[in-house]
Amino acid sequence: MNHLPALPFLLPALSACLLVLLWGRLRAQRAVAVVSVAALLAVASACLLHTSDGGARVYAMGAWPARLGIVFVLDRLSALMVALTAAVAAASLLYALRGWDTRGAHFHPLLQFQIMGLNGAFLTGDLFNLFVCFELMLIASYGLLQHGRGAPRLRASVHYVVLNLIGSTLFLVAVSLLYRVGGTLNMADLGVMLAQAPRAQWPWIQAGAGVLLVVFLLKAAAAPLYLWLPGTYGAAAAPVAAIFTLLTKVGVYAVLRVYPLVFGASPAADLATTVALPAALGAVAAAALGALSAPSLGTLTAWLALGSTATWLAAVATGAAGAVGGGLYYLLASSLATAGLFLLTDTIARHRGAAADRLERAPPMPAARLMGAAFFVLAVALSGMPPLAGFLGKFMILQGAPGAPWLWGVILGASLLNIVALAKAGSRLFWNLEPAPPATTLDRRLLAAPAVLLGLITALTAVANPVVGFTRQAAAEALDPGGTRWEVLGAGPSAPRTGGRLPAPGGREAAP
Amino acid sequence: MELLIASAIGLLTAAGVYLVLRARTFPVVLGLTFLSYAVNLFIFASGGLRTGAPPVVGAQATYADPLPQALVLTAIVIGFGMTAYLIVLAMQARAATGSDHVDAGTTPQARQAAEEA
Repeated sequence: MNHLPALPFLLPALSACLLVLLWGRLRAQRAVAVVSVAALLAVASACLLHTSDGGARVYAMGAWPARLGIVFVLDRLSALMVALTAAVAAASLLYALRGWDTRGAHFHPLLQFQIMGLNGAFLTGDLFNLFVCFELMLIASYGLLQHGRGAPRLRASVHYVVLNLIGSTLFLVAVSLLYRVGGTLNMADLGVMLAQAPRAQWPWIQAGAGVLLVVFLLKAAAAPLYLWLPGTYGAAAAPVAAIFTLLTKVGVYAVLRVYPLVFGASPAADLATTVALPAALGAVAAAALGALSAPSLGTLTAWLALGSTATWLAAVATGAAGAVGGGLYYLLASSLATAGLFLLTDTIARHRGAAADRLERAPPMPAARLMGAAFFVLAVALSGMPPLAGFLGKFMILQGAPGAPWLWGVILGASLLNIVALAKAGSRLFWNLEPAPPATTLDRRLLAAPAVLLGLITALTAVANPVVGFTRQAAAEALDPGGTRWEVLGAGPSAPRTGGRLPAPGGREAAP
Repeated sequence: MELLIASAIGLLTAAGVYLVLRARTFPVVLGLTFLSYAVNLFIFASGGLRTGAPPVVGAQATYADPLPQALVLTAIVIGFGMTAYLIVLAMQARAATGSDHVDAGTTPQARQAAEEA
């Protein structure tokens, strides 16, 4: 059996365990972390190559048949997400090596656990395993959020942990509701069972789908559940905030993965569209206003991260293959740009004396032209102005959803407000200066990680055509998962197409 | 038995929601614990309720669904770890900010509560 679908999960798991054993030996930890992330980049590229001809690779854990055991499913969509994770993780690690990883004891293992949770969530084909991967990801993020300490981080952590624990509780409620009806947790199998459910059980399915959507929207920080995000991301250390930009994306990914596959033929089929679209547009609008009012560059970037996730969620909620495909391309571009801006924010804050990243009068920065140029290009990519990839992504989202005037109005209006906010921030940072020479010199190696991300964004723009072809196919596959479903249910060594299920347990006769 | 289980889940959830909405960290932790008890019972009930049926196939004529029991076990382990972490976090926040208010130091009410304490 080809083990590739499990590798993006197992590799960081193993290196994280090794890193825990190397506790206190920073040089060894750094070496292991760099090797692990480099290997992850190679694995992610292999995943992309493997899935480029379409179809889903299914990996049955422990070789149990798909309905009994846990399956990992590697298709275009999950390969794309794994590759994005690897790229952002590499940039985050590169930046952390320049000093952030010395400010707390466990940065490297926690980062690997974070990658493991993210990749697990992107690859799993089992609803309960998705819950477990969410938890893995969150536990690591609780630890990472604490990295570097300080009272604001502690306070943000309490809010973040409590909210996510409530979200996990709701997730379990939804999973049990669906298990009650379908008698399975495998997503593909659950889709078949829910489609066959008798009418008397429809309320259970609708309740389960609704509760699950609340959980995913909380993770994706859609309106009105977004209030936790700016405080949390603004308080996190720079490399941590960079990898956190992917955490909200997992919520949107889960909507795109679970709703067509599990509820596509069930009475809750249109739920994601009707509920998620207003929630996403509300978050886009709120993020644009929040960005305008942000007192510091870190908070501004956090609001922009929220806006980028919400724009992708809006694209997913349209349910149109063109818009979702464009949204995937936008997701790649905007995630890289947000991560880059978080890292650049930290570099800027380090060189502005007491003002840090607050948008107020401060001594000039060393190498201000270089940093200003990097800020400008990232701002162009993030706000969706031509010629960079962010513009192409937004353009394709709008092009793919011609019959949605609200979507057009909100996204275009928010883009304008984002441009204003970024222009305001840039002019205050780089032009509103105290008449004094720069107090420090620039450590140019700090700019390596943002430069790598900028290079990736430029590359995405340059090879937009093949990338968009890939994302459109990924979207079409995710929205019409018939092929994926068949391949999942046919996986495993004995793989009976009919039969092979356990006989119905006695207690299930008392079904409502 | 259905009524008993259902009202137990309802009561635990009600208590949990009430406590989670409190302004001090300790009641919030307790509330989350209540919520996780409620959800554990809920998962357990999702396999159907039946007395005297072991979760073993073939031991008796009837058996209980073993999967929800395995899920409950996983949920308990995760919930336990999370609660432990949250308690440590709350105590650290108490030490760092001088208050066990969930918004310690950010709102006028929280500052007032810190001064009283």
